Amino acid sequence: MTALLETRGITQRFSGLVANSNVSISVGRGEIVGLIGPNGAGKSTLFNLIAGVYTPSEGSIWFDGEDVTRLRPAARCQRGIGRTFQVVKSFESMSVIDNVIVGALVQNTVMREARRKAHEVLEFTGLGARAAVPASDLVPAEKRRLEVARALATEPKLLLLDEVLTGLTPTEAQTGVELVRRVRDTGITVLMVEHVMEIVMPLVDRAIVLDLGKVLVEGKPTEVVRDPKVITAYLGDRHAVGS
Amino acid sequence: MDKDFTSRRRRELIIAAFFAALAATVPLFVKDVYIQNIMVLTLMYAALSQAWNILSGYCGQISLGHALYFGLGAYTTALLFTKFGVLPWFGMLAGGVISAVIAMALGYPCFRLGGHYFSIATIVIAEIALVLFQNWDWAGAALGIDIPIHRDSWLTFQFTRSKLPYFYFALVLACIAWLVTWWLEDSKWGYWWRAVKDNPSAAESLGVDVFNSKMGAAAVSAFLTAIGGSFYAQFVSYIDPESVMGFQFSLLMALPAVLGGIGTLWGPVLGAVILIPLTELTRSYIGGSGRGVDLIVYGLMIVLISLARPQGLVGLFSVSKKAVSR
Repeated sequence: MTALLETRGITQRFSGLVANSNVSISVGRGEIVGLIGPNGAGKSTLFNLIAGVYTPSEGSIWFDGEDVTRLRPAARCQRGIGRTFQVVKSFESMSVIDNVIVGALVQNTVMREARRKAHEVLEFTGLGARAAVPASDLVPAEKRRLEVARALATEPKLLLLDEVLTGLTPTEAQTGVELVRRVRDTGITVLMVEHVMEIVMPLVDRAIVLDLGKVLVEGKPTEVVRDPKVITAYLGDRHAVGS
Repeated sequence: MDKDFTSRRRRELIIAAFFAALAATVPLFVKDVYIQNIMVLTLMYAALSQAWNILSGYCGQISLGHALYFGLGAYTTALLFTKFGVLPWFGMLAGGVISAVIAMALGYPCFRLGGHYFSIATIVIAEIALVLFQNWDWAGAALGIDIPIHRDSWLTFQFTRSKLPYFYFALVLACIAWLVTWWLEDSKWGYWWRAVKDNPSAAESLGVDVFNSKMGAAAVSAFLTAIGGSFYAQFVSYIDPESVMGFQFSLLMALPAVLGGIGTLWGPVLGAVILIPLTELTRSYIGGSGRGVDLIVYGLMIVLISLARPQGLVGLFSVSKKAVSR
């Protein structure tokens, strides 16, 4: 079967700065793929290119057999790419349920059905009891979950998670890990950007390591963490095995 | 959950029907023409502020140039009637449609501007329109248009002997504006607008067509505002650019919603009921001295209300509800 998502030779320049250089990755259906790398590796740029915030300087992006390179974020969302934001962007003046309804309207045109779908997603993400609360009253960990809930309500084929587990307490992170697994079990493919390796490595099927805007290593998490190139990228030359 | 929501929506409708019915009986007891006049203006501003609230409150695009649409409605009706003998009822619709189209034509470039820049653009555009009308000879230029009185009739929407027909029409107008808002609030548009107001980039990532949401809000808002303008032209039967397109109208449309609760269903109504009588009464009782005491008192009251209720006066009624949900 063809990959659900494929980037073909993507290069992204920001007035001279090359944030992504000839990046080709693919994500298969039903996978959980981790996109990792040190600060400034170009993870967020690649993430935003896939979500449609930027249009790449070169290369193309294929989703579900269609070239989506020039589509706006809203159009990509309608085709099945859901995303969260690293810095949470809740609709603060709206209640939790209303936040999720906005997402649910992508696939449900009848209000009653959108509302039902939103409640369903809130139960799934463990926010059911907080439905009527204003989003501004949520604690940070709940806001992260709301980000996921909103994206899930759009009924995506591919869910892009931008550092949803970073900065959480160990217990919260564990709940988050379980949520991601349950999401995958419903048949949704997950591509997650994470900065902290120890959280994501046990979770993902495959890891793609970016460094200096290029794909450094790609493979099973257990192999990737032992790769000297990865250790060098994260910690510098002195720590690499055998040097 | 779903049931709670449905019953809350229905309750709002019942409350609105109750207040509308109550308002309809007021003229039976209040015969004073001066007071009736204030009531007509109050209802008109309730409708206008409700219209303004759709674009600026729900969708978050603060317009300070709605006088343009108010004036367009007034002028379209008056010009069609005096020049071509078209009945005000059709003029009203024509004014609404013209305003909606112009709102979208202006929105096309202006909605690319963010935040305050959009607001500034709306002020500038309304001022330009004002100057154009002041110099447009065919439309009476700065002298304006006198709408000739034939006889009291619903057909020509003219009444000289009683203010009651105007009162009831203004009431219907306020009810329509409220109902449109009520209906839109629980529609795709209502959710899209609030999402666009709170966070456009998040909205876009959730499939919201941000640009067209703003265009839709502008069209509905301008249409309803123009209807109000048409009504006003008939009500005062004489219009000139300054009296229907002046900047003060833009403010008077925004203030009730802001004071009552911006982006809320009841805010504009509540704000208008408090603000418009206050405006008129301070003007008649302590104004006229030429020293502007009325404006000082008026401004002071707005400051005090804003200090006490920064989120708008509707907050007064939702305190108990919030306490329960926590």
